[in-house]
Amino acid sequence: MKNEMAVAFSSISENESFARVTVAAFVSQVDPTMDELTEIKTVVSEAVTNSIIHGYNNEPHHQVYITCTLIDGEVELTIKDEGIGINDINEARQPLYTSKPELERSGMGFTIIENFMDTVEVISNPGKGTTVHMTKQLTNTKTVCS
Amino acid sequence: MGLSSTFAIKEEVLIVRLSGELDHHEAEQLRNEWKEIMYKNDVKHVLLNLEAMTFMDSSGLGVVLGRYKEVLQLGGEMVVCSISPPVKRLFEMSGLFKIVRLEENEEFALETLGVAS
Ligand SMILES: Nc1ncnc2c1ncn2[C@@H]1O[C@H](COP(=O)(O)OP(=O)(O)OP(=O)(O)O)[C@@H](O)[C@H]1O
Ligand SMILES: [Mg+2]
Repeated sequence: MKNEMAVAFSSISENESFARVTVAAFVSQVDPTMDELTEIKTVVSEAVTNSIIHGYNNEPHHQVYITCTLIDGEVELTIKDEGIGINDINEARQPLYTSKPELERSGMGFTIIENFMDTVEVISNPGKGTTVHMTKQLTNTKTVCS
Repeated sequence: MGLSSTFAIKEEVLIVRLSGELDHHEAEQLRNEWKEIMYKNDVKHVLLNLEAMTFMDSSGLGVVLGRYKEVLQLGGEMVVCSISPPVKRLFEMSGLFKIVRLEENEEFALETLGVAS
């Protein structure tokens, strides 16, 4: 069975926890483990924070979009902004790379996302925005299927 | 949910106890408070107690890394204790344990920093 949800919200930092809690509540329907839920919350936080501080340069009047799909125990998560985009995606995905060291960023966001999800695809057009598409198979359903 | 933080000073050690969720939204205020306390008091080391921390992301790593650099300037050491498995994974991933020492609990960590109980 396929189950889908979509939310859009203002690009303000208050909504980072809203986004985590919302996605976690949706994914909870398919009985993820506590660890899996923490991992999903963390990647939502990373991608949404990136959209707010990098994509939209902390301007509050933009929108961040999340869609989440559950199919056969797999979580598909897409987090999108219509911000400045990324010029060099390979460079951006390097551990410790940050374009904003003055803000005390650690440059670990993409590395954490890659560690916590099975697949990570970054699509970005400078001036148009960035979409991060991720999938993760939940263990629960994997054992049931095999 | 949010974050709450308390600060205590024992001899040369600033103890920072965090509880709740540390994300980008909460990081700003924590950074300001933490920096001010380090600036205004005569401390050398920082002991970070994460016992009640329920969530942390890279924004939290950034704050810790930033304070580590300040501790280094003071010739001191940064120690973290009572860390949960998910937060521990973030620290491992980012290589933070190469520069920040991990101890079991606050009491033991303080002992290693030369504070008598
Ligand atoms: N949505 C986005 N829009 C524009 N640029 C982005 C976006 N997401 C990431 N980037 C770019 O990719 C870089 C790396 O992102 P990453 O999340 O790994 O590190 P960071 O955000 O700089 O630091 P941290 O996540 O550790 O706080 C960013 O510094 C930024 O230049
Ligand atoms: Mg980031």
